[in-house]
Amino acid sequence: MQLLIQEVLAGLANGAIYALTALAIVMVFQAIDHLNFAQGEMATFSTFVAWQLIEWGVTYWAAFVLTVALSFAGGIAIERVLFRPLHKAPILALLVGFIALFSILNSGDGYIWNYTIKTFPTPFGTAPLFGSALLDGHQAGMIGVTAVLLGLLYFFFRGTRLGLAMRAAAANPESARLVGIRVGWMTALGWGMAAAIGAVGGMLIAPIVFLDPNMMLGVLIYGFSGAVLGGLTSPGGAVFGGFAVGVIESLAGTFIPYVGRDLNLTIALLVIVAVLMVRPTGIFGRTVASRV
Amino acid sequence: MMLEVRSLHAYYGQNEALHGIEFALPEGGMVALLGANGAGKTTTLRAVCGMVRTTGEIRFDGTSIAGRTTEEIVRLGIAHVPEGRGTFVRMSVEENLQLGAMSRRDRAAIVRDVDWIYERFPRLRERRRQQAGLLSGGEQQMLAVGRALMLRPRLMLLDEPSFGLAPLVVEELFAILAGLNRETGVGMLIVEQNAELALELAERAYLLETGRIVFAGPASEIREDEAVRRAYLGY
Repeated sequence: MQLLIQEVLAGLANGAIYALTALAIVMVFQAIDHLNFAQGEMATFSTFVAWQLIEWGVTYWAAFVLTVALSFAGGIAIERVLFRPLHKAPILALLVGFIALFSILNSGDGYIWNYTIKTFPTPFGTAPLFGSALLDGHQAGMIGVTAVLLGLLYFFFRGTRLGLAMRAAAANPESARLVGIRVGWMTALGWGMAAAIGAVGGMLIAPIVFLDPNMMLGVLIYGFSGAVLGGLTSPGGAVFGGFAVGVIESLAGTFIPYVGRDLNLTIALLVIVAVLMVRPTGIFGRTVASRV
Repeated sequence: MMLEVRSLHAYYGQNEALHGIEFALPEGGMVALLGANGAGKTTTLRAVCGMVRTTGEIRFDGTSIAGRTTEEIVRLGIAHVPEGRGTFVRMSVEENLQLGAMSRRDRAAIVRDVDWIYERFPRLRERRRQQAGLLSGGEQQMLAVGRALMLRPRLMLLDEPSFGLAPLVVEELFAILAGLNRETGVGMLIVEQNAELALELAERAYLLETGRIVFAGPASEIREDEAVRRAYLGY
């Protein structure tokens, strides 16, 4: 029992990062109807920025806030410079755009900060929380920071005019224009927020997986899985999916013989394929009728 | 003139849908665009809102709006109620009304206006927390009109407001539109299949056929001209 609880909690801690990644993917997907393959690389780049700031002597939380703000601006810049001109381009051109962004950021990381694996600090410590073996400080911090961020985002989308405008622009761009919403800027804002969310996820996972240019590759696969599992049309579903993938991964690795730490990704993906066979739009997703 | 359109052409890709039409709408006026399916009525409204590619002249209150983006045109005070209503189906009635006022900053006045809309359309107040997609056709049309009014428009473009509604509901809706035009002086450009009804409401009408205006005149004149009615309006 002790082991079960411990593994569920560990799964939730990693799941928090998958949930943030999934949410960031869904935010861009809602805005432009395409999956952002470069989401992980954006987060990695942000994490390197935070690492650099800390190296320069900035305190952790100041670096954290600064990185989130810079990432937000960077996300908007990426939309304005790269994807705005491509928004009516054929899908293959867009795909090349994503691949370009992916490799620019990935090699940019390596060029600026080289490929050696770096440790990343945590402000939460790694001591067991309250002296129990269930959860350590950093894991609790991952869950806590994620919960706060999700709460803020929920308030933003449900309780503010700007949030309402963003939802409207994603749900029905043409009608949104007809009430005077500047849909192009809502898309840019979505990119900025996705980049900022990714930055938080990257900084939280870096102390565990260590920082190098390919840090987010595995996380991105879990994030995608979570988004698809919960439903690409549902931000809440994507968050649920992310947490679910984390817990499945953790439990499968511990309780299914022979799986261990090598095959748990396979198990997580198997579960997802099984769900998608029954519900192709994901658990909370819905079929979107597209006008021809 | 509130709205003045001269030699307006509109294009869908390579296809020209409007071949140089001219019409005008006086301050606070009510004008109907009539014609069969495919005549270019909806395209004309979309052209005014910058939703299709056009050439020619479109002036609103004397300033040229041709070539501007839809959101800019809307912010000048032109509210378009599109065919099929264009409500946000997964959002509540109240959220839809709030979205209508998205380009305004005067929060206190927005709150008063929502209340004013609910007085005009009491059934919307009853359903304020419901998803717009769950409303009946008539209620959705009321919501679409209410949302357009939240912009405090100077000009409303109404595309087939009677479409799919029961006759009694249509009468109710048109009575409300006539009242709004009288009381607030909002101009209305109405596209209608139901020519008989539109001619009762409007002061002036234009008949469109395959992208050209074939007849223009006061509504009463068209009502009494049997030849025109038979040839173009089918009644």
